Amino acid sequence: MTDVLERPKAINKKPSWLRRHSPPYWLSLVGGGWMLLFFLIPLVSGLIVSLETGNPISGYTLTWNWHIYSQLFVHSDIPYSTFLLRSLYYGVATTILSILIAYPMAYFIAFRVSVRWKSPLILLVLLSFFVSFVIRTDMWSFVLAQQGFVISGLRKLHLVSANFHILGTSNAVIGGDIYNNLPFMVLPIYVALERIDRRILEAARDLYSNGRQVFLRVVLPLSRAGIFAGVLLVFITTVGDPVNSSLLGGVGTYTIGQAIQDSYLTNQQFNVAAALSTVLMVILGIIMFAYAKIFGTENLENLV
Amino acid sequence: MSTTNAEVNSSVEGSTQSPAAVRLENVTKEFKGIVAVDNLTLELAQGEFFALLGPSGCGKTTTLRMVGGFEQPSSGKIFLGGQDITWSPPYRRDVNTVFQSYALFPHLSVYDNVAFGLRRKGKDKVDIKRLVEEHLEILGLGGFGPRPATQLSGGQQQRVALARALVNQPRVLLLDEPMGALDAKIRKTMQVELKRIQREVGITFLYVTHDQDEAMALGDRIAVMHGGRYEDLGAPQRVYDEPATQFVAEFLGACNLLPVTSDHGQLRLPDGAAIGARPGSMVNSPELIAQVGVRPEKMLLQRDTGQSATSTDAMNVVRATITTTIYLGATSEYELTTPWGGHLHILAQNISDADRHGPGDQVIVTWERDHGFALPAAVGPQRVASTEIEEPTQ
Repeated sequence: MTDVLERPKAINKKPSWLRRHSPPYWLSLVGGGWMLLFFLIPLVSGLIVSLETGNPISGYTLTWNWHIYSQLFVHSDIPYSTFLLRSLYYGVATTILSILIAYPMAYFIAFRVSVRWKSPLILLVLLSFFVSFVIRTDMWSFVLAQQGFVISGLRKLHLVSANFHILGTSNAVIGGDIYNNLPFMVLPIYVALERIDRRILEAARDLYSNGRQVFLRVVLPLSRAGIFAGVLLVFITTVGDPVNSSLLGGVGTYTIGQAIQDSYLTNQQFNVAAALSTVLMVILGIIMFAYAKIFGTENLENLV
Repeated sequence: MSTTNAEVNSSVEGSTQSPAAVRLENVTKEFKGIVAVDNLTLELAQGEFFALLGPSGCGKTTTLRMVGGFEQPSSGKIFLGGQDITWSPPYRRDVNTVFQSYALFPHLSVYDNVAFGLRRKGKDKVDIKRLVEEHLEILGLGGFGPRPATQLSGGQQQRVALARALVNQPRVLLLDEPMGALDAKIRKTMQVELKRIQREVGITFLYVTHDQDEAMALGDRIAVMHGGRYEDLGAPQRVYDEPATQFVAEFLGACNLLPVTSDHGQLRLPDGAAIGARPGSMVNSPELIAQVGVRPEKMLLQRDTGQSATSTDAMNVVRATITTTIYLGATSEYELTTPWGGHLHILAQNISDADRHGPGDQVIVTWERDHGFALPAAVGPQRVASTEIEEPTQ
């Protein structure tokens, strides 16, 4: 009761500027704190760790060793730049193929399916996420193994030669990357297509566009933001991913993600791991920035 | 329906040498067993402003969409300038549409929106530029070309939608409740402008609306649709003054309906008083007349000073008592009860205070014989509730 009686007093007092405008800042505090704690600090400490020297036994000290970057990429015993380029190649191939596979899927669900079937189909797209990432990738290596039923079946049918194999090749790694990332491409494209007002398509047909022109002139431009979001999600995850290349790949498919993982976990060369991941991050940042400049749209925030 | 169909034919008689701009021939459209358009036959003359009016669900939008090519008729044929287009896709029809929601391309500028159709037709770049700029000018959008289409106000988007359709110089322009999303003030100015543009470009307009004022203000002819067919078709004044059915009479405005019986050709009110009325188009024999309709503004009020109140050949007279008076400034609305227990609704100009009446006043109501129109008994479902009429059809 007392609370009710006291309240009008507080309202009568004109709130100060700070009082009226601070709520948004207060609300962003949690997110801001999160970013500071788990993004900015690791980022800086990662950079600092990369400048340390030492070994796993006697420990590492900060010596501002900028040379590590040239050591790793210019004249190194281990071809890190090859691993990096290979990862970028896998990223580009996966992204392009994902668009080619995901766009028709998203288009079909958005435009050709009755409303009651949309949610079940989207669920099917997401179904693979219900199984652990590592497990489902390992299942692929089981299915595609030399003694697995797919390849032995093909061999029995004499469709492939005796030494035919899939595992250990770049194609296997790219295939795994596509499989694991496809929902990240399907969903944003689906959302973008679903948002297109169907009357706009009618307007295009009314204005002398046949099916192909409606697609190229209206549907594709209006779904660009979805493709853009999908590319960001798929490309970044693929380039840094160590799992697909280690489970489905072989000697010739060693990626930068694996290099970072191994130097950190196996060799405990913390400075090398930190330097590699810093370089990877900077390069991804540059590529994404350039990509956003060239193909970006203003309404990206509508989708993600 | 036979009489109204004859009227269609007579009104386009002047253009018999050139085929009608649009002709619908026995067109029926069913959606999963529901008949949206029921054996409709319509003809639009070249250069005509034709308004298709009706409540939501009457089939007017479906009719328009069939002309545009977005729906295929279940049966019947559609001709455009004498050519059968029933089965040709929208992009092969020399018809353009102004959509209710405008449906502008959100990724394109105003200029590119307007140029869209011309580019698909493969017009010359120079011609496109000239035509687009010309039409932006006609619609008062000069200088708006580079702006993104979706950043304009509702009224401006409406103009872009019009320009985008008109720039192609189609044989027929279809307008699907284009004013639906505009507020009342802009709507009025757009109506005037639309009429001017239509006269200027000389293109046949097929205008779909649920707003009777808009249809009467704009249409050279209007067709009032109900249940998939039109119940009346003609010039706005004729349809208003002499509607064919009770539905049409009530849809176009307020209307007093007097129940009558025919006594050897003489119409009599329930209290036995004889009245006269203009024979309606749907009722050629007096036996079919069930009621007489009179518009509220056509009835005149006089103080009852005991003078005789018998109808003559030219004038109908009825005694009544005022029950309510609503003062509206320029006019007053009166509700009256008649000797036979019926109700009358009268709209009177407030010319002098002496002419105003209060509740309980005994009055004499007069109206010219020709202002009463004979109507048949209402058949089938009664008109939809007025609240439903306000909703635009999707």
